[in-house]
Amino acid sequence: MSGDLVDTGLLGPAHLPYLLRLADGSLILAQRLLEWCGHGPVLEQDIAFANIALDLLGQARLLYTHAGAREGRGRDEDAFAYWRDEQAFLNPTLVELPNGDFAQSVVRTYAYVAYQHGLWPALQTSTDPALAAIAAKSHKETSYHVEHLEGWMIRLGDGTAESHTRMQRALDLVWPYTTELFTEDTVTLAVAADGLGPTTAHLAEQWTGATQAVLATATLQAPPPSPFRSTGQQGRHSDHLGYVLLEMQALTRAHPGARW
Amino acid sequence: MTNQRDWPLWEVFIRSRAGLDHKHCGSVHAPDATLALQAARDVYTRRQEGVSIWVVRADQIVASDPADKAALFDPMADKIYRHPTFYALPDEVNHL
Repeated sequence: MSGDLVDTGLLGPAHLPYLLRLADGSLILAQRLLEWCGHGPVLEQDIAFANIALDLLGQARLLYTHAGAREGRGRDEDAFAYWRDEQAFLNPTLVELPNGDFAQSVVRTYAYVAYQHGLWPALQTSTDPALAAIAAKSHKETSYHVEHLEGWMIRLGDGTAESHTRMQRALDLVWPYTTELFTEDTVTLAVAADGLGPTTAHLAEQWTGATQAVLATATLQAPPPSPFRSTGQQGRHSDHLGYVLLEMQALTRAHPGARW
Repeated sequence: MTNQRDWPLWEVFIRSRAGLDHKHCGSVHAPDATLALQAARDVYTRRQEGVSIWVVRADQIVASDPADKAALFDPMADKIYRHPTFYALPDEVNHL
């Protein structure tokens, strides 16, 4: 960052929670995908998911580092990842759901990367220039993730009777959690008002258009809308996040400040 | 790894830089061509090794039989006149 730019300090009360929602979404999905490492159906898929997970981890690191710099209280990426407790994580519940079978992992990951695919281009005009730069970099990665996951959605949805049944079951389970991504609240309203990021309506439109086309090709049926709303972005999580954090944070907390 | 036997093998060729030839670098298992390209990208170009990838189904490659090695290649060993080593080249083309 150039010293001439006035790009320190938070642009309003929604700035930090917004950056953390994005960073936590990428980090927790990375953790979930990395659980497949060594357990993938084939070696090639093991590597494919691990590659996507490492891209997501990279996004999280940039966003945490940036959030810490803006906040100006000396928190670095490790402080955010390892030293916050469950209710301080602001990822949508979608990404903390268990992997389930391969179909469930595909549907969940597809749902979130398709959301990111609409998000990053919209963030490139953010009033936060560093966020715009991170979005530009991430968009290339996410384009590949979408291509990979779309392929699996169609291959398995429009595949054998068994793969279709499993994909439809996964969709019925996962899809209700996508509503949270497009639910307006004080943070999303302030973000849109401050020009930090897009409206939830814009994101919903992008996502719905893209996913409907893929579901149709995959011969899958989105479940009917339900009143259910998950609340991970408010810090109120499912039972599953605690276990993810326990595994992720245990080593750091047992050996604070340890170095390789 | 239960299903890997059912997935065909694809040979992977990577062009490392513009202007160079694609070179064989390994193989991947994949159910179709699209996924074979993606697997090749993930496995063989993750450290920026390439600018272009070819994948070819291994069973589509026609290969010579190693048992024919003597018949195919040995007769060339004593035909040194096939090498252009008997010409005196002008200095200007020494780097041919």
